[in-house]
Amino acid sequence: MQQTYTSPEFAYRQSEEQRRGEMRRHPVVIVGAGPVGLTAALDCARRGLKVVVLDDNNTVSVGSRAVCYAKRSLEIWDRLGVAAPLVDKGIRWQVGKVFFQDDLVYRFDLLPEPQHRMPAMINLQQYYLEETLVEACAREPRVDLRWKHKLIELQQLEDRVLLTVETPDGVFQMEAEWLIACDGANSDTRRMVGAPFTGQAFHDRFLIADVVMKANFPTERWFWFDPPFHRGQSVLLHKQCDDVWRIDFQLGWQADPVEEKKPENVIPRIRSMLGPQAEFELEWVSVYQFACRRIDRFRHGRVLFAGDAAHQVSPFGARGANSGVQDADNLAWKLQLVVDGAAPASLLDSYHDERAAAADDNLGHSTRSTDFITPKSRSSLRLRNAVLELAETEAFARPLVNSGRLSRPTPYGRSPLNTADESAFAGAMSPGSPCADAPVHRGGKAGWLLGALGDGFTLLGFGTALDQLSVGGVTARALNVGTDLTDDTGVLAERYDARPGTVYLIRPDQHVAARWRSFDLAKAEAALRTALGH
Amino acid sequence: MPLNRQPNIPDADGFYEELVASQRDLSDDQADMMTAKLVLILANHIGAREVLSEAIALARSNTLAGASSPAPHHE
Repeated sequence: MQQTYTSPEFAYRQSEEQRRGEMRRHPVVIVGAGPVGLTAALDCARRGLKVVVLDDNNTVSVGSRAVCYAKRSLEIWDRLGVAAPLVDKGIRWQVGKVFFQDDLVYRFDLLPEPQHRMPAMINLQQYYLEETLVEACAREPRVDLRWKHKLIELQQLEDRVLLTVETPDGVFQMEAEWLIACDGANSDTRRMVGAPFTGQAFHDRFLIADVVMKANFPTERWFWFDPPFHRGQSVLLHKQCDDVWRIDFQLGWQADPVEEKKPENVIPRIRSMLGPQAEFELEWVSVYQFACRRIDRFRHGRVLFAGDAAHQVSPFGARGANSGVQDADNLAWKLQLVVDGAAPASLLDSYHDERAAAADDNLGHSTRSTDFITPKSRSSLRLRNAVLELAETEAFARPLVNSGRLSRPTPYGRSPLNTADESAFAGAMSPGSPCADAPVHRGGKAGWLLGALGDGFTLLGFGTALDQLSVGGVTARALNVGTDLTDDTGVLAERYDARPGTVYLIRPDQHVAARWRSFDLAKAEAALRTALGH
Repeated sequence: MPLNRQPNIPDADGFYEELVASQRDLSDDQADMMTAKLVLILANHIGAREVLSEAIALARSNTLAGASSPAPHHE
């Protein structure tokens, strides 16, 4: 199996500190070179932090892992300069179809709203994503990516973390001022810290079959409840690149994972779905079960948890990798300000406040989807099937159909970093919300708002002549709509409900911190201080 | 507006007759499915989220309080 892709092998190199037997202290060490760890490394480096990334393996992820990457993740990767190859390589899609038994009952479109730079969703095998991120890290002198480095012990001290690391050359120690644990759902780091990881386990099993085929299915997400080819269960179909299709069969809790993985059992399932004449080859098969859990606190002293190490969701809704990338996006700027002494360490507690709220939001959606897909009782099955049968002809029932609510960024509406509105605003850009993109012109050239916002604090003013603003060495750059950039289509003003004089204070992770109908220096300074965790 | 717990259906006997009659030729499974659909159709018509919560809570507590209710069983 696995014919379309050969995993690269990255070279192990002994570090100078291990070779010389010197204890070195690093500002930031990241454990785990998956999508979240690599994104965190790139974001930290872009902000000027030197980072060491430790990974116990020497290659990218193997087999079927994450597939769907949402617009918000692509916007984050675009800020980090790595989105273009992902969007080029990935499969764009925005239409989903839901079938019940023999019939199409529901069709949705993820992005009816035009005028966004990034697509609603792309599908891409995780190993391609990781390869792109590894290449970007190799180009970044501030990232020191170390393969075959396994963290085996950690000790939290007053002002640093002492790490014991094993490599092919033996065991050595290093120090980190801050450690970011991105080592996945079975995080060893989490175990070493002794952090609880609790939630709900689902008693069901799913078969993932990635197959290579030349098929005429459109590039859409297709979800079947109780189809004729797999009675009583659900099936999900996604297209990936290289003509690889992801088919996800619900098996039920009683299924034997070892038997179900055997090609002689998998192939008939696929054949009954695709028809007797379909030509396909198995690329990858695995059987999984899942849980919805999260860590108690995202920050344990000087250890910060991100991605699956901090939260685990069901696969329905593409909320795993996407929420992990948003963790990295939330953490990197805060860590840089704390390491540089420009913000108090308590700013990192807002990482927990904001991302734990997002994790709970994702867990809630994921649990609701799972309960709809796999009803736990005869009466909930009946209600579920009643919804599906009604949805075929009755529009009112369609919002109740839940085959996975696809990942959207969670606004940090209750964040301590927000300054509450004093005036009325319409639309979605309330404090804590991720900034919506919009087409703009800069220097006569067509571009996008998110590209113009960049990586720092920004004062975005409409019809204003603002100057930059500084608080304790942290500067918010001024961006005046009308002079620094223009809003030729009016989409920007519409999305931000802007009138002449409206000012937004935008955070380094491109979330709204505060907004006003007119500029007041003292209020803006106070809002910037609040956003810095003072 | 809170859940209306006072009589509100004109021609109560006629409504009840119609409801029962509508399920007369259905199998138990079909009747259960029809009842589930009726709940969803009416819930959508009412729409008011708090009224729905109140109705769900009332139906549940009334069921649990019912002396003749059989104990739940697991298959």
